Amino acid sequence: MGMTITEKILAFHSGLKKVKAGQLIEAKVDIVLANDITAPIAIDQFRASGTKNVFNNNKVVLVADHFAPNKDILSAEQCRLLREFAKEQQITHFYEGGEMGIEHALLPEKGIVKPGDVVIGADSHTCTYGALGAFATGVGSTDVAAAMITGETWFRTPESIRFILNGRLNPWVSGKDLILYTIGDIGVDGALYKAMEFTGEAIKNLSMSDRFTMANMAIEAGAKSGIMAVDTITEAYIKDRINNDNQMTLFTSDMDAEYCDMKEYDLSQIEPQVAFPHSPENARGISEVGDVPIDQVVIGSCTNGRLEDLQVAAKVLKGNRVAPYVRLIIIPATPHIYQEAMNQGLFEIFMDSHAVISPPTCGPCLGGHMGILAKGERAIATTNRNFVGRMGHQESEVYLSNPAIAAASAVKGSICSPEAIGVKP
Amino acid sequence: MNIKGTSWKFNADINTDLIIPGRYLNTIDPNELAKHCMEDIDPDFPSKVKTGDIIVADKNFGCGSSREHAPIAIKAAGVSCVIAKSFARIFYRNAFNIGLPVVISKEAVDGIDESDEVEVDTHKGRITNITKNKTYQAEPIPAFIETIIASGGLMPYVIKKRGLNKT
Repeated sequence: MGMTITEKILAFHSGLKKVKAGQLIEAKVDIVLANDITAPIAIDQFRASGTKNVFNNNKVVLVADHFAPNKDILSAEQCRLLREFAKEQQITHFYEGGEMGIEHALLPEKGIVKPGDVVIGADSHTCTYGALGAFATGVGSTDVAAAMITGETWFRTPESIRFILNGRLNPWVSGKDLILYTIGDIGVDGALYKAMEFTGEAIKNLSMSDRFTMANMAIEAGAKSGIMAVDTITEAYIKDRINNDNQMTLFTSDMDAEYCDMKEYDLSQIEPQVAFPHSPENARGISEVGDVPIDQVVIGSCTNGRLEDLQVAAKVLKGNRVAPYVRLIIIPATPHIYQEAMNQGLFEIFMDSHAVISPPTCGPCLGGHMGILAKGERAIATTNRNFVGRMGHQESEVYLSNPAIAAASAVKGSICSPEAIGVKP
Repeated sequence: MNIKGTSWKFNADINTDLIIPGRYLNTIDPNELAKHCMEDIDPDFPSKVKTGDIIVADKNFGCGSSREHAPIAIKAAGVSCVIAKSFARIFYRNAFNIGLPVVISKEAVDGIDESDEVEVDTHKGRITNITKNKTYQAEPIPAFIETIIASGGLMPYVIKKRGLNKT
């Protein structure tokens, strides 16, 4: 019996020839990540252990992205703790201020994660890096503290579910729609403890941006990780980002690898998806949404704040105005994306449409700051969670969608497709 | 470990935003976090929960964010154990790492009602419903987690192992 890509990466990092699903292993980690919310607990634990130095100051990554720019005094203290720790430990990859981007957009962009890596992060959306053919998973702060000391962590090797994507994408359908559709199909615990392996002919037509979005939301199906094998699109993405001298091992699943389940989707049957409150599994096709007026639109986050997302939003917003009494907040995920969007003239389109352009931050996605909802307010967002109170008041609502649907909804003032406001693909 | 307490029942898919909303994550003080534990489902929970009480929940407890603040808030609120039909994996890991006992048992969750008196023997995996005079079996804890528990938590395990590596 062969191995899946996930089993191969984990075997390689545990010094074993072969591992199989269910096996407990201790693996070396290539990157250990934490942010301004989760790192403070990890740093406390690290210090309490009496350890002097992190295992490798190039492999611990700290990003102050959640409540930054600091939203209040307590957040400022948490960010200061990161900064002091980063200074003390000479952490190479510490990002704040004008260098800070939303971690899961920033790390791939900077070439910090490479194919074949094992990455753990005290942030559930760490699974995003699976799009690069890496094994990446979210853990808590204590696991990060332990890995900062040892450079290792323990895993139960996950079973894999194979998703086979065939067929052509419909207009306005993106990686976001595919993953919302998938979560709608299997449920929020449909992949509990498992790896979601995305394969099939249609993957070839998906940009890295789409792939990051899909791997990013694997956690919303309860998965340990999402993963896609490296192909020419991945290679083109990493070409100028990862130095040639970095040793890289590429892994692919064997033909006879074992999967606990298999799902085959015909993409031509999938329309843009909207996940209704209060669960990402409440996905419906845009044609089945009905009349849902909205108060706020957020385009951004580690799920959909990349350049391609902003380009799609600009295409829909060009020559249009945000509806009266509706706020549209656009959050480029990293400084590089921000600058590119500006250089490409997207900001002019956004500002002409009366959108707010925010600096990179996780902000409203987790109800932190920069776009909190009042009681009874409703938002459509390109973020990843629509739980009760996720973006503000416990009686507010969040609908999840792709950037095109979100932008069109901002113009109409209720959830709709770009066609409904006269924008053609 | 033997744990005894009164049950609080919760539905399926209780996510970590419900356990501790994102708006309170500007602190890591357990007592501060405990003040807001579960408040978006039940605003009275933080004031009414008593030391030793047990949370009994349906499937996929603790889904969503990786925030360790979630099990920390539950533990600091005085909850002694969480019984669920299943746990989201990051929450499950975090709970053991910070020393919050969690057990998986479908039959216990189906058999226990709100406010029942419940006793849990985490070592044997035996759950007793004192109110209804019934017992249920929990799923065994994964072997490696047993090792971590025996070391007194993940950090003591790591410190011990690091010490061994030096010699």
